[in-house]
Amino acid sequence: MLSVRNLHIRFRTGDGMVHAVNDVSFDVGASQHIALVGESGSGKSQIALSIMGLLAKNAEVDGQILWNGQDLLATSQREMNRIRAQEIGIIFQDPMSSLNPYMTIERQLTEIVEHHEGMSRRDARARALEVMDAVRIPDAKARLRAYPHEFSGGMRQRIVIAMALMCQPKLILADEPTTALDVTVQAQIMQLLADIRQDFGTSVVLITHDLGVVAGFCEDVVVLYGGRIMEEAQTTALFEQPGHPYTRGLLRAVPNIEDPSDALTAIPGSPPSQHRFPQACPFAPRCVDAVDTCRDTLPMLHKGRACVRPVEELT
Amino acid sequence: MLNYTLRRLLMVLPTLLILVIFAFYLMRLAPGGPFTSERPLPPSVMANVLERYGMDEPLHVQLWTYVKNIVCCFDFGPSFSQKDRTVNDVIAQGFPVTLTYGFWSAVFVLVLGIPLGIIAALRHNGFWDYTMTGLAIFSQIFPNFVLAPLLVLLFTLSWGLLPGGGWNGGQWQYVVMPAIALGTSYMASVARLTRGSMLEVLNSPYIRTARAKGLPERTIIMRHALKPALLPTLTYMGPVFVYMITGSVFVDVFFSTGGIGQDFINGAYSRDYAILLGLAILYAVLTFALTLMVDLLYAWIDPKVRAGLS
Ligand SMILES: Nc1ncnc2c1ncn2[C@@H]1O[C@H](COP(=O)(O)OP(=O)(O)OP(=O)(O)O)[C@@H](O)[C@H]1O
Ligand code: SF4
Ligand SMILES: [Mg+2]
Repeated sequence: MLSVRNLHIRFRTGDGMVHAVNDVSFDVGASQHIALVGESGSGKSQIALSIMGLLAKNAEVDGQILWNGQDLLATSQREMNRIRAQEIGIIFQDPMSSLNPYMTIERQLTEIVEHHEGMSRRDARARALEVMDAVRIPDAKARLRAYPHEFSGGMRQRIVIAMALMCQPKLILADEPTTALDVTVQAQIMQLLADIRQDFGTSVVLITHDLGVVAGFCEDVVVLYGGRIMEEAQTTALFEQPGHPYTRGLLRAVPNIEDPSDALTAIPGSPPSQHRFPQACPFAPRCVDAVDTCRDTLPMLHKGRACVRPVEELT
Repeated sequence: MLNYTLRRLLMVLPTLLILVIFAFYLMRLAPGGPFTSERPLPPSVMANVLERYGMDEPLHVQLWTYVKNIVCCFDFGPSFSQKDRTVNDVIAQGFPVTLTYGFWSAVFVLVLGIPLGIIAALRHNGFWDYTMTGLAIFSQIFPNFVLAPLLVLLFTLSWGLLPGGGWNGGQWQYVVMPAIALGTSYMASVARLTRGSMLEVLNSPYIRTARAKGLPERTIIMRHALKPALLPTLTYMGPVFVYMITGSVFVDVFFSTGGIGQDFINGAYSRDYAILLGLAILYAVLTFALTLMVDLLYAWIDPKVRAGLS
């Protein structure tokens, strides 16, 4: 359904090009859930924005984003506007700032279906109520009249999800839908997203830096580092035998539910500079398994992993 | 909201009183007086004059009389410098003049400034954007004392379209040039302000959300961006509107409109305490009214502010 092919995203900036996303490809099938996982700055949000055609003005994009065979990078503004919300919905990273503070929730929900489906205000309001019930916002009828600042963080996140559901799109891009929330609310939101697949058969691209929320939700995982795919695998396989040192590092940063005494270890070091196109493995400076070859060859994605060393040799 | 408005209105009177007391004493501190001149009056004449205007009494008694007359009879007293005219007369004659051209000037500022700013923001770095920057620079190097003669040169002397001065009861031909001369630099400021805030709003995450909804650009701007983009202009226009409707000294003098800007200057030169105090009160009342209006409009646009008011 969605097929991202050799996607490159660069930003022109005051001090040169920033290579935010490099040669990224992945597919999403009907009612499939996949995860894009990586540390901050690994290019996850930019991939989502490029699918919606919402990249910043200083961006340059290469490659293809095929939506049912149609290249979204080459579609007209008009056609893109038709696809937005109606076929592909997005849940933005920050529910605080992505709602318009000057408009009621009602208006921000109803305008979507009024525009795309030509609904009357009354029908649109009925749809808004339905969707607000679906994302379990209590007392929806009374809350329609409220403004974003009158809701808690968790409720705002639900509103943002409700917004994405208004036209029942086939695909939802969920950019860190739980990051700003505390653990119990996180679980509720993830449950909500799982229910949505049950009810509407919606596909989801889940963007997160936390491999913990991926298990039990996504079939496939794409691990990103410095705007490159480090590893892609089925979730179960990835958790059983992570094939890339970076993935292993990420997994060690996930809290262990069975043994909470197990210390969390974040990967030491910081994400790579993206100003130059790397000639070596971008993860090499932080990799516990790095050898000399890592520093003079850029590993290509092969059999789902971009690492010069065989799986068996990794620590 | 109504509660808030009433509370604000209640605060006006005590504040005004403080202002009057303050201004009253402050003016008397300045050297000279309304009747000092190069040829000093003989002491007996001086005493007579002072007595006639009640200035022989101690200051606090004068102040008391002044306030009492305003409260009971809306009487701001006689002018010291203009024979046989009261302050009420002076304001009643001059204020409608500046109110008229100031109001039209404000209309000119908003009707041109806001759309210009919006278009410049939408065509960021395009033709209109540069036109607007040009205009802003133009109004900077041609302040109203250059602009006004230029207007007269073109519209009166060259083309003979508009009268070069006078008021004539406020016929439109007499209003146009004062309004433009007064408003141009404010118009450029409003355009710049609107442009800046519009650019900022258009870059905000909630506009990106609106785009992700697939709404047409027009809807995004009119429904989502316009109101917040106008907030800075609104704040700016409150005090500016007061300046405008109370007129500019320069415009009044240059176009001989007979507005109160001129009275203010004359009053200051001749130490006409009565006129100065009367005008100060007028400015204060207008400022109160306008800030209240701006605050209410702000609350109407911004639900967070509205929640804070009630
Ligand atoms: N307009 C821009 N100009 C220049 N660089 C940009 C621009 N937008 C994004 N970037 C860069 O692109 C890189 C990827 O950003 P992105 O937002 O995709 O990260 P992310 O993976 O979503 O991280 P996070 O978890 O913090 O959201 C970052 O290094 C960022 O600095
Ligand atoms: S290529 Fe080398 S440096 Fe890169 S992840 Fe593999 S082992 Fe580590
Ligand atoms: Mg992000």
